[in-house]
Amino acid sequence: MPMRVDGKILRALEAESIEILRETAATFRKPVMMYSIGKDSSVLLHLTKKAFYPAPVPFQLLHVDTTWKFKEMITFRDKVVADNALTLIVHTNQEGADSGVNPFTSGISEYTRIMKTVALRQALDQYGVDAAIGGSRRDEEKSRAKERIFSLREEGHRWNPRNQRPELWRSYNTRLAPAQTIRVFPLSDWSESDVWRYIAAENIEVNPLYFAQTRPVIKRGGQLIMVDDERYPLQQGEKPEMMRVRFRTLGCYPLTAAVESDATTIAEIVEEVLAVKLSERATRLIDGALEDSMEKKKSEGYF
Amino acid sequence: MRSPIVRLLTCGSVDDGKSTLIGRLLVETDSIPYDTVDAARQVRRAGSTIPAGEIDFSLLTDGLEAEREQGITIDVAYRSMSLLDGRRLIISDAPGHEQYTRNMVVAASRADIAIVLVDAIKGVRIQTRRHLTICSLMGIHRVLIAINKLDAVGYKESIYTQIKHEIEEVLPQLELTNVDFIPLSALIGDNVVERTPSLPWYQGSTLLQAIESWQPDEDRVESARMRVQSVLRADGFRGVSGTVHLGGFAQGDEVKVYPGNKIATISHILSDMREQKTAARSDAVTLVLEPEVDITRGDLIAASAADIHLSDRFSAHLVWLNEDALIHSRSYLLISGPTQTPVIVTKILHKIDVNSGEQISANTLLMNEIGLVEIATNQPLPLLPYKQSREFGNFILIDRLNFQTVGAGMIRHSLRRGENITYQAYEIDKSVRESAKNQSAKVIWLTGLPGSGKSTIANLLEKRLQALGMHAYVLDGDNLRMGLNVDLGFTPQDRAENVRRVSEVAKLMVDAGLIVITALVSPFEVDRQRARSLFDDGDFIEVFVDTPVDICLARDPKGLYKKAAQGQIPNLTGIGQGYEKPVKPEIVLDGTADIDRNTSLILKEII
Repeated sequence: MPMRVDGKILRALEAESIEILRETAATFRKPVMMYSIGKDSSVLLHLTKKAFYPAPVPFQLLHVDTTWKFKEMITFRDKVVADNALTLIVHTNQEGADSGVNPFTSGISEYTRIMKTVALRQALDQYGVDAAIGGSRRDEEKSRAKERIFSLREEGHRWNPRNQRPELWRSYNTRLAPAQTIRVFPLSDWSESDVWRYIAAENIEVNPLYFAQTRPVIKRGGQLIMVDDERYPLQQGEKPEMMRVRFRTLGCYPLTAAVESDATTIAEIVEEVLAVKLSERATRLIDGALEDSMEKKKSEGYF
Repeated sequence: MRSPIVRLLTCGSVDDGKSTLIGRLLVETDSIPYDTVDAARQVRRAGSTIPAGEIDFSLLTDGLEAEREQGITIDVAYRSMSLLDGRRLIISDAPGHEQYTRNMVVAASRADIAIVLVDAIKGVRIQTRRHLTICSLMGIHRVLIAINKLDAVGYKESIYTQIKHEIEEVLPQLELTNVDFIPLSALIGDNVVERTPSLPWYQGSTLLQAIESWQPDEDRVESARMRVQSVLRADGFRGVSGTVHLGGFAQGDEVKVYPGNKIATISHILSDMREQKTAARSDAVTLVLEPEVDITRGDLIAASAADIHLSDRFSAHLVWLNEDALIHSRSYLLISGPTQTPVIVTKILHKIDVNSGEQISANTLLMNEIGLVEIATNQPLPLLPYKQSREFGNFILIDRLNFQTVGAGMIRHSLRRGENITYQAYEIDKSVRESAKNQSAKVIWLTGLPGSGKSTIANLLEKRLQALGMHAYVLDGDNLRMGLNVDLGFTPQDRAENVRRVSEVAKLMVDAGLIVITALVSPFEVDRQRARSLFDDGDFIEVFVDTPVDICLARDPKGLYKKAAQGQIPNLTGIGQGYEKPVKPEIVLDGTADIDRNTSLILKEII
């Protein structure tokens, strides 16, 4: 019996997300879809295909590339773009990269600010984006629980939690004053396990990094970090160990911890997600850095 | 189909133990990740008395830094958990002391069930009545009154019974029927998820059981309705996309498209990237219509047999959400789903005191106030009473200048049927009248401070046009206030109405083929923009007579500034009220320059 209701929940979530995506396409001048290559992006893209079928996807995709993503992410990204005949914008904060900003010596929060937050702001300005669609969910983190579906950003892409528009019913205010932009979160009401169950039900292709495989990892501060290329600075005597691991979220490889796992199918991942009971962002090195760090990042323009 | 998602609203303040209640509900149903719960064992607010190592449940739900500092939650937050039967429960939490009504209305807008917290130590308070009033207004189906902190009053049945009786007395007035009372202690965990031996006199359900036992009413048989979100085009394909919010459609159904009453048949239904036989309520679909009738975003598709009436006049409950007060006669933008149209609040019948339920006469609504109003929309809309359909009965109002969401409305009923007043097209139209007069009709809208020289310029301009053999007429603000506008004063509301009437008169005169010159202070941009919206592009020439206030003061042709200085005119523009300079006027005149030259500058635009 639970499975039957479960399917209904996914249908209901899907229909609401589609309504939001259609609203975005109908009311903004230059909407883009943030494509982070993760499972949420895969679901967003799938929903978009459904929303506008048989017409093509009406949004350009935007990927902010820090140059420190897993190699498998980039391969997967290019394959998805080619398979679905999409248009993709890839943006890197070139100044940042040129000045040698990196996740090791620059400090995690400074690295994130320059290569992710500033890079995103640059891209949105450069392409004149008025609405950026993202895959964030309210269950990810406490400050996200207050996020609107259509979330207003002031000049400079700043998020001011005190100056958000009241959002009632499904009557969305998509009007913008000059210099304002909007972030759109069609997956607001989804949970992590909804995302995985939907991926299973719809047979959506996701990145191989989500499945357990033997990978070279080192242990740092209790976290498992995969050594994805030769740029990773190993300490004296430190040697990557081959372990069977997978990733719950995808990001910059030096900042995204792996979990030991034997899950090699989506069904096994769903089972694991239901059993683990740790918030998924626990594997992101940045968020634990200080309480409320997500709110701080968001007010600067982070997604 | 019964909805698999149940939305729950929680009403109460931090003092009532609301965060603790939600936190406990989530933890005891295993709905919060362990690391988050661990953090709530370690982190402490300043002044917290909860021993380290125990869970501070309230920390689980207070999300933002700012509110943690103040010890209050300031906005609406959403959290999810699963019910035993597999349905999803989405909890919307609207706390905060200030902005209470605003936040609660937002959180209540989609809620099915509400928990109203009452602190057993303090008993029924003014806010209890407020919570219940808003629940009733926002169409909540089921209300659970959680009488909390019973541990602190020795679990006494008499206290529970007294609170219950007090609340039961006001329920009939509020038209709330499906109400239950549950004694509990969120702090100890009595009767939230687990039963407790401490309340042997209570045989009813726990809070969680009461939530789980709720089922939506079986759908009434309703005729199908869908509003168009967008027209979808691909190679050789044209469909209309939207969400079915009432009833359902099937392939082959005959439908009508409103406005326009165009008849078509549904030839295909697409969803899930394939052809479907039917579309049920809540489905997001794309319909292909045969023949391809004219259709745009916001139009209504309904079963052709349905009794659909469009209207452009409605009465509605309106909740004001913005710091700038409601100004009746001012134009706002109405949004209801994909429908968007300019709207005017024509009348404020009364406001409602949410604490007592009393009706109070009012000529404006301030933030957090709720009123019964009448609205006039620019085009006829297929809105339904909110009680009949939340989706077709709700609307929000948007400020047309800064685009903030300023109001939230619930339709009570339509006041007249739009189709009874159809626009009668006559064969002699504006262009025929213009060519007979050998001129191009337009309005010259002079705006500026009192004493800036508008009337003087209007007078000379009309004389020059007359001399050229053209047909012109001056609408002078002060002169009109002796007749047409004799009932209006100088408050922002009355000024908005003044501008509205003058612009409507000017519109008629332009339609008659005349060149109309208006001389009105018209100090507010939003009012002038609305006036502009009545005219075709190029027919509205906004002329800003830019004269410094000290010069207007020195001129003071009507002695107004003198009176204002003596305190006799509180609302004089430039003294007691601000003047908003036009954002994009067609012409800016230096009000201190030569009047002949200024008049010539306008003439050049006309001829």
